[in-house]
Amino acid sequence: MSLILDHVNYIYGEDTSMAVAALRDVNLVMGDGEFIGLIGHTGSGKSTLVQQLNGLLAPTSGSVYFNGNDIGDKDYNRKELRSKVGLVFQYPEHQLFEVTVFEDVCFGPKNLGLSPKEVELRAYEALKQVGISDEQFYQSPFELSGGQKRRVAIAGVLAMKPDILILDEPTAGLDPKGRDEILGQIRKLKEETGMTIILVSHSMEDVAEYVDRIIVMNQGSVIFDGLPREVFRHYDELEKIGLAAPQMTYVMNRLQQEGFSVNADAITIEEAKQEILKSLKRG
Amino acid sequence: MLRDITLGQYYQTESVIHRLDPRVKLVATICYILSLFLVDSVWGYLAAGLFLAVMIRLSHVPFKFMVKGMKAIILLLALTVAFNLFLTPGEPLVSVWKLTITKEGVRVAVMMAVRLTFLIIGSSVMTLTTTPNNLTDGMEKLMKPLRKIRVPVHEIAMMMSIALRFIPILLEETDKIMKAQIARGADFESGSILKKARALVPLLVPLFISAFRRANDLAMAMEARCYRGGDNRTKMKPLIYQRRDRLAYIVLALYLVGCFVIG
Repeated sequence: MSLILDHVNYIYGEDTSMAVAALRDVNLVMGDGEFIGLIGHTGSGKSTLVQQLNGLLAPTSGSVYFNGNDIGDKDYNRKELRSKVGLVFQYPEHQLFEVTVFEDVCFGPKNLGLSPKEVELRAYEALKQVGISDEQFYQSPFELSGGQKRRVAIAGVLAMKPDILILDEPTAGLDPKGRDEILGQIRKLKEETGMTIILVSHSMEDVAEYVDRIIVMNQGSVIFDGLPREVFRHYDELEKIGLAAPQMTYVMNRLQQEGFSVNADAITIEEAKQEILKSLKRG
Repeated sequence: MLRDITLGQYYQTESVIHRLDPRVKLVATICYILSLFLVDSVWGYLAAGLFLAVMIRLSHVPFKFMVKGMKAIILLLALTVAFNLFLTPGEPLVSVWKLTITKEGVRVAVMMAVRLTFLIIGSSVMTLTTTPNNLTDGMEKLMKPLRKIRVPVHEIAMMMSIALRFIPILLEETDKIMKAQIARGADFESGSILKKARALVPLLVPLFISAFRRANDLAMAMEARCYRGGDNRTKMKPLIYQRRDRLAYIVLALYLVGCFVIG
């Protein structure tokens, strides 16, 4: 499994006075089993970028390759591509339409032309993966809470058994508890299935402790791409484009400036604690 | 995919036509449409075409953009032309199988085609150069005398502006839901009519739900700001005729007189 973007440009409203370049010369390679955070503030091109990955939008120029094949080719099977590259949109609960939760999750696998038995098996599995309990299977999706609705919508994509799962702002509009639940579930999913996951977000704090690679976008271009701690070293540049590094990065950098011999790469509170204790013991 | 619809859309740019009072544009559009049905000679149509061409030039909207909106009515146009071509009685010109093309038929068909094209482009000059808000403002003011006979002019205008405001929102929403369902393997394009109709369910159900939610939110927001209809309501930017608007009326009058004389 691999996804390659080769000099991808995308312009909205070409040929009109409202033309906007949403992507500018994006080059990326995404490999098997990676857990990627795609970060940028509103309007930086993240959502446009992920829609290139499953062929919903075709690049104005440049190409996207999935497993070595150009997905822009005329005879490329885009329907199959969409089952391999699962995309969960922002506010995915707005796409629910069926009478029951279970039937809604069946929609994706049914479209793949699988046997009814296989469809139901996958729907069951997917709903279990996102932590929906059996009693809720035959409720109307509109009776669930916001966080539950969102998890059902994610299950709707998971049921297609994609190789890559892309989640566009999966925590938008959720309270802190709902956010932690969803992100925890995604991490568990990653550990259990080993699938490639791309997490789109505007908040570093959200993704910092989960992902092992961060891609930062600004005005349609990729400006940083690397390990979280590498990217966070540029915290002052990140701030200039309206993003922020996790709070711990600031605390540790400040401590370093004040003369403590700590490693400023700590991201989570736990890592920071260990660093500070180590430095105190030494001192 | 749905962004291609240009009929009734606003095109933002700077021009004389854009700055005109919406009332002028409304009256002019109605007069222009009337003039199309009054003239009956080649010269009359030439005059109408020339007037339209000048207006398009003045509006700074690319001609390509206007023609794009024509795509939606090409079928209607073709049907009208075909009916007029074959069903007008008169002196036969060509006869194939049961269909006869007459000399009068050709004349009427060409006239109809030109008339319809001018009509559509003429009215899209108005919508392309006037924001929906301005348009309904103009309409409200023009229809104000009707309040004397208890026509709820303000309410009608408000409903229109809300409806117009919702068109792009709902189009965007449709686009979004469509994409989300396509990402789940939905297919809106192939299959029989029945299959296509059934494929619309996953699109229409969420769309209706979101439309109701939005309508509800809007009603709440309006209530929260004490909206209570048109009585004693004042405008932040009242419409006032400027010099250029008076000039535009003169140009319009000259055009109408010209049409009477020629056609």
